[in-house]
Amino acid sequence: MSEIFWWVIFPYITIVIMIVGLLNRFAFRQLTWAAPSTEFFEKRWLRIGSPLFHFGIIFAFFGHVMGIVIPMDFYQAIGVSDHLYHIGAVYGGSLAGIMVVAGLIILLIRKMTIDPVRIHATFADFYSVIALLIVSAIGTYMTVFQNVTPEEFDYRTSIGPWFRSLFILNPQYHLMENIPFIFKLHTLTAFGLFASIPFTRLVHFYTIPVTYPTRSPQQYRSRSQYKNKVK
Amino acid sequence: MRIKAQVAMVMHLDKCIGCHTCSVTCKNTWTNRPGTEYMWFNNVETRPGPGYPKRWEDSDHYKGGWVLKNGKLQLKAGGPISKLMNIFYNPDMATMDDYYEPWTYDYQNLINSPKGENLPVARPQSQITGEFIDKPEWGPNWDDDLAGGTEIVSTDPTVEKLQEHISMQYEKTFMMYLPRICEHCLNPSCVASCPSGALYKRDEDGIVLVDQEACRGWRFCMSGCPYHKVYYNWNTHKAEKCNFCYPRTEAGMPTICSETCVGRIRYIGVVLYDADKVKDAASVEDPQDLYEAQLSVFLDPFDPEVIEEARKAGINDEWIDGAQNSPVYKMAIKWKIALPLHPEYRTLPMVWYVPPLSPIMNHITNEDELDTDGYIPAVDQMRIPVQYLASILAADDTKVIRKVLLKLIAMRVHMRGKTVGGIDEFRQSELLNEADTNPEEVEDMARLLGIAKYNERFVIPTGRREMDGEDELYYEQGACSLEDLAPPEGVVTTAFGKGR
Repeated sequence: MSEIFWWVIFPYITIVIMIVGLLNRFAFRQLTWAAPSTEFFEKRWLRIGSPLFHFGIIFAFFGHVMGIVIPMDFYQAIGVSDHLYHIGAVYGGSLAGIMVVAGLIILLIRKMTIDPVRIHATFADFYSVIALLIVSAIGTYMTVFQNVTPEEFDYRTSIGPWFRSLFILNPQYHLMENIPFIFKLHTLTAFGLFASIPFTRLVHFYTIPVTYPTRSPQQYRSRSQYKNKVK
Repeated sequence: MRIKAQVAMVMHLDKCIGCHTCSVTCKNTWTNRPGTEYMWFNNVETRPGPGYPKRWEDSDHYKGGWVLKNGKLQLKAGGPISKLMNIFYNPDMATMDDYYEPWTYDYQNLINSPKGENLPVARPQSQITGEFIDKPEWGPNWDDDLAGGTEIVSTDPTVEKLQEHISMQYEKTFMMYLPRICEHCLNPSCVASCPSGALYKRDEDGIVLVDQEACRGWRFCMSGCPYHKVYYNWNTHKAEKCNFCYPRTEAGMPTICSETCVGRIRYIGVVLYDADKVKDAASVEDPQDLYEAQLSVFLDPFDPEVIEEARKAGINDEWIDGAQNSPVYKMAIKWKIALPLHPEYRTLPMVWYVPPLSPIMNHITNEDELDTDGYIPAVDQMRIPVQYLASILAADDTKVIRKVLLKLIAMRVHMRGKTVGGIDEFRQSELLNEADTNPEEVEDMARLLGIAKYNERFVIPTGRREMDGEDELYYEQGACSLEDLAPPEGVVTTAFGKGR
């Protein structure tokens, strides 16, 4: 029974909290929607920690897309052997994971030791850094140690199909029954983190300014026309 | 032709007494909230000096404004792609140390301290951390009136550049005030630097504003503005800047800095310009041509063709009248005595400065016996080196400054001759020739610069809010647009709740 809770109910609850929370914040509290930088107070440590973490997590994001979202059949169809895939996943994943964890540790120490940064950090700020650290540390541990043990655990036959099944509203929870505990922990903590996105600084994840390179450098807005457009 | 109207300002530096009334009234109006303590939308700098933030003119360090690369206009800090690569850490951004750590004083101690041997003191207390600051080392106008002497003056980037022209001897020191607000540029680099598109230039009046809802706090505007007039609110994590007091100008009133200016140095008016020409004007090869190029963007508000086009573009007659009577049009475009600040940044700034003249006259001792030509060489021996003014106002082109100063001297000599006499008229006319002006023009100038009343200094057509139609104006009256943004006064957010 608990399997249904953890692998069906819990993921859906967290995703719904995230989506409703994001819509609510976008619609009613957009004034608080920002990437709340503390570079103004301190930039020496930020210079190392922030790019390390952010680029690491972007790599990790694409790594998850490759491992979880893209089906195993696809790799077999284009002729990537399991062995080759795992080499890529272990090295690439480890590098990304270590970048994320190292960056987060630097940022957390910075947040705790630099006076203006610490004083103006809210509970949510500490929570988001620590939660990210827990999720990514488990993930990195899995990638570095679990994957190189003699018997490789292939999440592409269990976690991957389960994750995709969530989106077609036909969750295959039984796929998650026999996976190693550490993989379960990573998955569940990650979903917990998703639920907290709308309530923390992590909202800026949804604010990638992708249109910037294509827009005109100068922006004119007419006071009245802009208002009419909004209404 | 794409006509737009721009509300612009001229500051007559001769009359600035450095009283900071503009800064204080601006601060009380706009930046007295937590997170904005360090912001001065208007500040007055003593020149020579590092300015605010320190060394803002060092554009090789902060990489603000535009540069011409292979004939193409580009942001100095790099285009959108390089900005997105640097989005997690802005290498060019100024930090609190470059401005100062804002502080208040522990006034309570004066009242609450027990009886003792020594007088109680109000210790400085940081408005960022709440900690006591034992020894503040930099603050707003720390270098006011050349305080700090040669040690501080020599950190002025312009002084560094012009070492051979600037003497640090006591007898030869010079000083001037430079009040600064946002330039509301025609080609604003802050707008182009914003990844979110939150900064924009208003169609109606050219005021550059930050959309507080769209701003995501990427901070590229801060370093992208070569004048460093966009600030980061550490409390709301959004950018804020001078808004030209648009709620006032829309109602036909001057900005609060102009309204309260003791020396009456500020003039506000409308100019019409052709938005299609802006990019070409900002892209001329030689930085010294930028001043003339910028002038070529403006349109003659008396030209019937321009008037017709302006009407087609939705500019109403009140605004066309405003452009015709604009003091800014007269000083910047017609008489050419007001100059843009640092035209070499290629932003086409719209706050103009009449360079200061008075210290020249200290140089002349026997004015009663001086013939008019005697004034001409005085321009080159000014107490404030022409090179210094040229570096600030004319991309190092001393000819431009010299021409303006000659005109101002011609005005002074002519008006002196008219009222006091003692200057022979034939020679005087030669000075007028040299300055390329005539008695009628200098008399108009003297009126506007010297005795113009409120209505002549501020010609501001209203924003015609009543024409918007859909605004609930009755409901909005008395409301504060910042209510959602600002926390209750005096409350600084701290870890795990509110405190201090």
